[in-house]
Amino acid sequence: MEFLVSHPTITVLERHLLLYRRLWRASAFSLFVVPALFLLSMGFGVGSFVPRIGNTDYAMWIVPGLLALLAFQTAVNESTMGIYTDFEWIGAFHVMRHTRVRITDMIVGWLLYVLVVVELATVAFLVVSWAFGVPQPALVVLVAPLVCALLAVSVAAPTTAFAATVRDEGHFHLLNQFGVMPTIMVSGVFFPVGQLPAPVRPLAWISPLWHATEINRAAALDSFTAGPLTLHVAVLLAWAVLGLVWARTAFQRRLAS
Amino acid sequence: MSHQPVVFAEELTKEFGDTTAVDSITFGIERGEVFGILGPNGAGKSTTMRMISTVSPVTSGTLRILEMDPQAHGPDIRARMGIIPQDNLLDQHLNVRENLTTYARYFGMSRSRARERAAELLDFVQLRERADSEVQPLSGGMKRRLAIARALVNDPELVILDEPTTGLDPQARHLLWERLFQLKQRGTTLILATHYMDEAEQLCDRLIIMDHGRIVGAGSPRTLISSLVPPEVVELRFDAPSLNDYAGKLTEIGDRVEQLPDRILVFGDNGDAVVAEIYRRGLPPSSVLVRRSTLEDVFLLKTGRRLVD
Repeated sequence: MEFLVSHPTITVLERHLLLYRRLWRASAFSLFVVPALFLLSMGFGVGSFVPRIGNTDYAMWIVPGLLALLAFQTAVNESTMGIYTDFEWIGAFHVMRHTRVRITDMIVGWLLYVLVVVELATVAFLVVSWAFGVPQPALVVLVAPLVCALLAVSVAAPTTAFAATVRDEGHFHLLNQFGVMPTIMVSGVFFPVGQLPAPVRPLAWISPLWHATEINRAAALDSFTAGPLTLHVAVLLAWAVLGLVWARTAFQRRLAS
Repeated sequence: MSHQPVVFAEELTKEFGDTTAVDSITFGIERGEVFGILGPNGAGKSTTMRMISTVSPVTSGTLRILEMDPQAHGPDIRARMGIIPQDNLLDQHLNVRENLTTYARYFGMSRSRARERAAELLDFVQLRERADSEVQPLSGGMKRRLAIARALVNDPELVILDEPTTGLDPQARHLLWERLFQLKQRGTTLILATHYMDEAEQLCDRLIIMDHGRIVGAGSPRTLISSLVPPEVVELRFDAPSLNDYAGKLTEIGDRVEQLPDRILVFGDNGDAVVAEIYRRGLPPSSVLVRRSTLEDVFLLKTGRRLVD
């Protein structure tokens, strides 16, 4: 047990959680307010103009997508400035480099931290949407935390890698404009991907957010099919693995320079 | 058991693209000694320190630390080493104690052992009453001491300090030197890079002087001074727009003459005799100072430049 508790990866996670605890109050507020705003504006606001998609009530249809979107944004937001600050201002990773902690421990410890934050956000979202009276099939409650976890890693790993290469905060605006925003638009969160112009549709196929949204929605609407499920999971895993490989190289370069 | 130095470097070289930061240097560091790397900014001190810290890979040459290859055994070496980086790199959002316990955890200590160790070290660096303080409001000297305490968490055999007292006031410097001296007495090997010759003279048993990535002198502070420069220096200032005429006339008097922008240094075995000769020749200066030669003078005579500009 002590081996596990004092594993370098866990001690890295511990440091990030210690810092998170300091900001607990501010983040607890946004944990519940953000999902409430999402649901009010998109679910009920837009939903009042778009009564149904197929046979499904719009609020019911959009909730699984909003949940994935929340996990996506949380993972990106944490992994941009969080990593940048720890490299550029605090030097936290440089300090870890002076100890027994290896680069893999730094990256995995960080991703575990992002997972904790994303799962807190996921649970808060489920609670808020339940409070708003959106039906919560048991399947969503079971599947969503897993999907959000997978999505979080598949997004946080490459974002972490990118952030490790950044020396100027301005680059995050570029990431936002050319990465995050287009991804959100093409990922079928707000409307079915079939509505997109045909040439743009392939963008959805490489978007981790679309794949997570699809699984969540299938769970909510009880419309699982094994084939697409495997494919969705495979794409998410591919993002995670490529992101991890890139992150390793980026950390190695940054820490040796 | 055969005798092995704690650090052994042979033709150690580090290149960044086209620039050679460290150019084929060779030295050894013995167990229990305080070893200094003295040189001006940009001499290659920090790069050498980063290679010894196992953080920066070697471009060519040999580097052995605690009888291990830093490339293959980085974590094993770091487990027995304490590193005090130039800019402290304290965790700004953790308090003083948490900075130590978090670091102790990075070495795999249990939480309770980490807390014990933090308490011991806060006593050692006299920060016990600031244990719950934020890092930001600490003075420069306190932050430095905290960085030293952090580097001692794993009870290292070898401690590496990059510019330990840069930016500190004299009182803080002396307190720090005292702690470092205590470490030396316990048998810890210390390696320090500095551009302060007084620091090097105070603390180091042996040192190398670096310039442009190369070693320009090596030995104990005393032997470096006695073997490379005459024992005494006369510092002369003149009320004249140009010192060139004076410098020319003074060359016959001392063993060596160095002209600086604001004064002329005349080196000799006997400073008072040099001064007497200057007056006898009718070259009265506006001010005179006779002093013993220092490492600063060694650097000046070796490179024609001063350590601190």
